[in-house]
Amino acid sequence: MSETPRLRIRGLHKRFGVKHVLRGLDLNVAAGGSTVVIGGSGTGKSVLLKCILGILQPDEGSIQVDGQELIGAAPAVVAEARARIGMLFQGGALFDSLPVWENVAFGALARRQVERRNARALAVETLAKVGLGPEVADLSPAELSGGMQKRVGLARAICTRPEMLFFDEPTTGLDPIMAEVINELIVDTVRKLGATALSITHDMGSVRRIADRVAMLYDGRIVWAGPVADLDHSGNDFVDQFVNGRAVGPIRVGAAGIGSG
Amino acid sequence: MNPLAAIGRAVLTAAAATGSLVVFAATAVGRGLIGPWYPRLVLRQMVEIGYFSLPVVGLTAIFSGMVLALQSYTGFSRFEAESAIATIVVLSMTRELGPVLAGLMVAGRVGAAMAAEIGTMRVTEQIDALTTLSTDPLRYLVFPRLIAGLLMLPLLVLVANAIGVLGGFVVSVWKLGFQPIEYINRTFEFLEPLDVISGLVKAAVFGFIVALMGCFQGYHSKGGAQGVGAATTRAVVTASILILVANYVVTELFFAR
Repeated sequence: MSETPRLRIRGLHKRFGVKHVLRGLDLNVAAGGSTVVIGGSGTGKSVLLKCILGILQPDEGSIQVDGQELIGAAPAVVAEARARIGMLFQGGALFDSLPVWENVAFGALARRQVERRNARALAVETLAKVGLGPEVADLSPAELSGGMQKRVGLARAICTRPEMLFFDEPTTGLDPIMAEVINELIVDTVRKLGATALSITHDMGSVRRIADRVAMLYDGRIVWAGPVADLDHSGNDFVDQFVNGRAVGPIRVGAAGIGSG
Repeated sequence: MNPLAAIGRAVLTAAAATGSLVVFAATAVGRGLIGPWYPRLVLRQMVEIGYFSLPVVGLTAIFSGMVLALQSYTGFSRFEAESAIATIVVLSMTRELGPVLAGLMVAGRVGAAMAAEIGTMRVTEQIDALTTLSTDPLRYLVFPRLIAGLLMLPLLVLVANAIGVLGGFVVSVWKLGFQPIEYINRTFEFLEPLDVISGLVKAAVFGFIVALMGCFQGYHSKGGAQGVGAATTRAVVTASILILVANYVVTELFFAR
């Protein structure tokens, strides 16, 4: 791990009314690595990503990207940091009103990285990287299967060649074969881009496929972090229970917050 | 249960909602004016609000003009004032019925659609996705709709006024036996520019209200399909009520002595 992590989070708190979702979360993500945050539904995994992206405002704590503090920073600083991050949303979050190619090239157009007349070609080129042909470019997102939507979402995330990629439950709702295809694409695209990846999931197959390091989120804090190779002998009761899918253990189902990711 | 506490809670909730709405509108307009601008989106919304609302607004206007002529005739004939029908129709349409009915119809058609579309974008994380793609949702989604509502409703009302007056003319000439030339002369005899202008100002205000409520409710919708449905209902109901309130306020500003 390099001395300055690409992403450094300290003491992160986020409340929604009386619900205290993140309770002093600490996390380091090393440059060039692939870190996966695991945890049950409702433990605040998606909230963590949205806090980093500036979509949600944390109540307390520190989030640094390449040593640059984002909490309390000027909007331009947050926007600049956000522009270096690509995000694949759980449901794809493709824009219904736009054809696939405009979805893919949306970020590049917004950041003026490409002229509108060249945007379609860029989108087709990026779609090819996720295994989709040019015939998909003019389709509407509603015409795509779940797996294709994930691929288009991935193409949109990588189109601007971001330095960091976030994946929110990338394999949720997919059949095992398509899940494996998406996992493979994630590993491949992250490697080719040389990007730093931060994923959240509770799909252990996906974790083992895409992670270098794993962090376990429970009760608003990271209760264990280590290399993926140590996952099966972590010595942590929370991790053991989660990885083995046991109903009995220190994880209180329904107490730590079961709801949206 | 303490009734005073219930009243206090309701007042606080209403004040918070009003404050939130005002901040939302001011932020959207403030950021939208600074840019970047999205002229293609404004144009698309103008077509959606203006062109596609024409049939429903036109139908509403023509039947309103027709029934206005008929009702005025049956009422005014009691004291031999039938000759005022043309004036009544044109003043009622331009000052009140044109803008209010068009506003309410557009609230039902466009306000609901805006709330449903933006609400769906909210619950499917499309609005979050916009943010991650360096695009401000208020500039991209809300401001074009506010501008389109502000600009298109006056145009719709101009057309509605003409159609409503035509409806009154048709009933008056073919059913009530008025002379066409005389009816037309009477229509313009007492009509003043301020009558039309006040109606167009009302229309602009109503267009802004419809778009604002559609965007505001959609933007803040929560949950799944049920949340989007509730946001859609709230958008139509609140826009309709605000249109009626704003109608009185603008009338007071223009015509109070």
